[in-house]
Amino acid sequence: MNGRATDLVVVGAGPAGAAAAMQAAALGVRTVLLEDEAAAGGQVYRAPATTRDMARSPERRQGDALRAALAGSSVQVEHGQKVWSVSGQYRVDVLGPQGPGHWQAPALIVATGALERVVPFPGWTLPGVVGLAAATILLKAHGMAPGERTLVAGAGPLLAAVAVGIVKAGGKVAAVVDLATPGEWAACLPAMAGRPDLLARGAGWLARLRLAGVPILTGHALAAVAATPDGLRATVQPVDSLGRPIPGGAATSFEVDAVAVGHGLIPSTDVTRLLRVEHWFDPASVTWRPALDAGFRTTRAGVYVAGDGGGVLGVAAAGLQGRLAGLAVALDLGRLSQVQHDARAEKLRRKLARAARFGAAMARMMAPRPGQFAAIPADAIVCRCEDVTRAEIEEAAAEGACEVNQLKAWTRCGMGPCQGRVCGDTAAALLAQFHASDRETTGLFTGRTPLRPLPLDQLTGEYGYADITLPPPAPL
Amino acid sequence: MPQRVDFSFDGVPLTGWAGDNLAAALMQAGTRRLRDSPRAGQARGAFCLMGSCQECIVWVDGARREACRTTLHAGMAIRSGTIADVAV
Repeated sequence: MNGRATDLVVVGAGPAGAAAAMQAAALGVRTVLLEDEAAAGGQVYRAPATTRDMARSPERRQGDALRAALAGSSVQVEHGQKVWSVSGQYRVDVLGPQGPGHWQAPALIVATGALERVVPFPGWTLPGVVGLAAATILLKAHGMAPGERTLVAGAGPLLAAVAVGIVKAGGKVAAVVDLATPGEWAACLPAMAGRPDLLARGAGWLARLRLAGVPILTGHALAAVAATPDGLRATVQPVDSLGRPIPGGAATSFEVDAVAVGHGLIPSTDVTRLLRVEHWFDPASVTWRPALDAGFRTTRAGVYVAGDGGGVLGVAAAGLQGRLAGLAVALDLGRLSQVQHDARAEKLRRKLARAARFGAAMARMMAPRPGQFAAIPADAIVCRCEDVTRAEIEEAAAEGACEVNQLKAWTRCGMGPCQGRVCGDTAAALLAQFHASDRETTGLFTGRTPLRPLPLDQLTGEYGYADITLPPPAPL
Repeated sequence: MPQRVDFSFDGVPLTGWAGDNLAAALMQAGTRRLRDSPRAGQARGAFCLMGSCQECIVWVDGARREACRTTLHAGMAIRSGTIADVAV
């Protein structure tokens, strides 16, 4: 296996990872940036597929600028790299286009971003039902809507972004179904006032949807999706402020061929859980976050987290966090004195505080409501990989499972190929509700390698039984 | 210049843009059911499109791959990612 040494490895070339890598490299830190995709940018600044001539959105322009800056920097960018293990101090194992390899560096910045949370409902496993984030990927990279007629449902700012994207791509939006009420959105206005550009954009999205005649149902949630001979039938119902269905509330059904649904973003903690750094449960965003200091250092020396992987605060905050983490690495590796570091960091921290205020307001709008978990029917699948239902989870809970790793061993919930990335949050919330305990008690799935499933033959290469050296048998 | 190319899913001939993401290409070609879940045998398709959920796993050239992390090439013979004969 080929292994190479450097000063810093950054995992993930989204806004945080790219900024961190460029900042560190500019200060003389030899930096390798590992990215799974073929182009840098992450999900927000996702590059369009080479096959498409796409409209130039603000994200596209900022993404192109980021990719150009990266190309002009001394950062060594490695694309198509699946990071599957991190061990030691620090060895990062990858599977890339040239096969397996690893990097060795004293400093590691984890910039793996966020995952989408989807609280289960009957029919969420049907083909044609995709995440809101998945819909943004289809729209940004391929200019295509998830279907001809899509229902857009869930919570947070992605709802309007996806619905408008579909309309612009020539698709139809059956309705936008928002858990929040207009009053809840209005309550965020003070925090959003710091970003008049984004506020104006949000208002423009709503105007565009009204113009397109798209019904917007606020204070509503998706109750179920069923397969029909022609497509999908999505049923929505009114909910209260805790996300509980209102008794006797009138359900409405929509005939569609696609549903895009999402209930906020969760920090991707695969690497930090694997490295056993300390995490804390943030009740405001209802997510687990790695514990970080002002330089984005984790509780393990040499490991830093920048961007949404440390707590979802959005793209503007991610770039600033990346730069601060890059500065902290330069300080810790002796490329920068404390005074030089502080002079640079101070201005960035002020900007970050402003960006974070907006990001935190959006995170609160995306936070799941307890009634959403309570409303999951007993026979609904929670763990998609292993088809484990809520009833099976609660059966195990009744037998004494009070923590997610116990639950995993008893029911296989979270044991499938996604490693609990999709079900872990819901499983933990259901256990906490069942036992009237808290998320600290129900815990987090333990991080395990490989971080992503990978074909064993690609790791071993050309290898036969004859290659195995057998030690002589021990004397009897 | 982008090129339309032929490929197939479980023997059904399809066309798509070479260089496209395979998950998007299959969706655009109208193929949404990519596999059946191993325990309940329920239809599944692309869900997260970012390499996390593993729902879009298909067989490509004898290997199991995430369709959302695979690039479409001319002549690709893709098979459903359903694992047959797994004892439950």
